[in-house]
Amino acid sequence: MESLDVKQKKINQEYQKYANSIPPKSNTVTNCAMAFLVGGIICTIGQAINNIAKNYYNMNTEEASATTSITLILIAALLTGLGLYEKIGKRAGAGSIVPITGFSNSIVSPAMEHKREGYVMGIGAKMFSVAGPVLVYGVSASVVVGLIHYFFIK
Amino acid sequence: MAQNRIGGQTIVFTKNPPKIISRASIVGKKEGEGPLAEYFDKILEDDLWGEKSWEKAERRMFIETAQMILERAKKEPSEINYLFAGDLLDQIITATFGARSLGIPYYGLYGACSSMTQTISLGAAMIDGGYADHVLCVTSSHFCTAERQFRFPLEMGVQRPPTAQWTVTGAGGVLLSSSGEGPCITHATTGKVIDFGIKDANYMGAAMAPAAADTLKAHFEDTGRGPQDYDLIVTGDLAKYGRQLTIDLLKKEGYDIEDRYIDCGCEIYSEEQDVHAGASGCACSAVVLAGYLLKKMEDGELNRILIASTGALHSTISSQQGDSIPSIAHAIVIEKKG
Repeated sequence: MESLDVKQKKINQEYQKYANSIPPKSNTVTNCAMAFLVGGIICTIGQAINNIAKNYYNMNTEEASATTSITLILIAALLTGLGLYEKIGKRAGAGSIVPITGFSNSIVSPAMEHKREGYVMGIGAKMFSVAGPVLVYGVSASVVVGLIHYFFIK
Repeated sequence: MAQNRIGGQTIVFTKNPPKIISRASIVGKKEGEGPLAEYFDKILEDDLWGEKSWEKAERRMFIETAQMILERAKKEPSEINYLFAGDLLDQIITATFGARSLGIPYYGLYGACSSMTQTISLGAAMIDGGYADHVLCVTSSHFCTAERQFRFPLEMGVQRPPTAQWTVTGAGGVLLSSSGEGPCITHATTGKVIDFGIKDANYMGAAMAPAAADTLKAHFEDTGRGPQDYDLIVTGDLAKYGRQLTIDLLKKEGYDIEDRYIDCGCEIYSEEQDVHAGASGCACSAVVLAGYLLKKMEDGELNRILIASTGALHSTISSQQGDSIPSIAHAIVIEKKG
C-alpha cells in the first residue's frame, strides 16, 4: 500500500509541474510597475493632504498625520462604494492594497457584501472578515515591539 | 445481475431511452454579451434582476427556467415525477427553494459544476428503469453568490491570475421523458473522485482535467467506442488551460480528441470580456447544453455527442485546512435517433 502512495505522489508531482507549465505567468514586470506607480500616486496624494493640513490649517505633525489617514480612508471607502476601487485594484495589485486605502477597501467591501444578512450578523460580524487578521497581528506585533522598547531601549 | 451495465462505470439505457423533450436557459448580462448570446432564452439586465439579494435573483432564474421548460412541453408541475437539481451554494439552497416553489418531488444533488450531467444521469436511469415518465433536471449558478462564498467580496480590489475562471450567472435545464420527440440519452458514465494534488483554487482547470480525462477514458473503454464515434466531445468548465491538459492526458492514454473537442468554459465569453482562463459554475455546462448544443442537434448539425460536466468538490474549509481539490466528471451520451 505504501509503495502505491509513493507512486501516486510521484504522479501528482509530475502532473503539478506540468500543469503549472501550461498557463502564462502573471506579468511580474508590468504588475510591479503598476503597483509602484499607483502606490506612489496614493502616497503623493497623502503627502499633499499632509502639507495642506500643516501649512493651511496650522496643524502639528501628529494632527496632520491623523488627518491624512482619515481623509485617505474616506476617499477609499467612497471609491469602494462607487465600485471604482476594485477597478483600480485589478490593475494596481499591491499598489492599492498596501497603503491605508487598501485597508479601508478591505473593511468596506465585506460590509457592503453582507448587508443583506442584517446589521448584526451581516455587517457587524463580517466587516472584519478580511481585515481582521491584519488587525490581530498588527496589534500583536506592536505589543511585542512596545515591550522590547520598554525593557531594552528606554 | 445488473443487465444494463457495461464495463466498470457505464450504464446503457436500452429499454426506454429517455428523450429530451424540452429545454431552457437564462443567463446574466455578461453572458448575454458573449458569443453564444443568441442561443439563450432570456438575458438579465443586471445581476440583481430587481430582487433584494443575489441569492434571490439566482433562485428566480432557477424557477423561471424550470417554468419555461414546462411551458414549452405543455406540462404542469403535477405531471412531473421528479426534479433533480443542484447548485453551488451551501446546502444547495437555490435548488431547494426552487423545488419549494415548483412543488415537484425533489432530489437535491451536489456535484459542484458537474451537477448538470449528474442530474441527467440519475433522471435518465429513473425513466429507463420504469420509475418515472417525466423528470426535470435544472442547475444554476451566479457569479456574485459564488464569489462571496468561495473567494472575496466583489468590491475588493484584488488581482486575478491568468488561470482564474469566471462563474457563469445563469440557469439551464432539460425535461427528460419516456415518450415524445427529442434526442435520446443512451449512456451515462459515472465519474470517480480524482485528485492529483492541485491546491490552487485559482486554477480549477488543472484540478478537474484529470477527472475529465479519467471519465472519458473509462467511457471509451466501457463502450468500446472512440473519439471518432462522436460528432463532438464536450467537457464542462475546464477553461483554456484545463482543456489543454485534458487533451494531453488523453493523448497519453492513446485517445486523440483534439479535432472534435470543446470545453463549455471556453465558449461562453469572448477574449475581450477579460475573464482570464474562461467560464465555470454549474450553469456553465447547463446553459451551453440547453442553449447551444441541443439547438445544434435540433438543426441536424450534431447527431451524437458525449458531454461530461466537471466539478471541483472542495469547500472553503477543506481548502483553508490545506487539502487539495478533489474533482469529478460525469459523462452522458446524447443521440438523435431516427
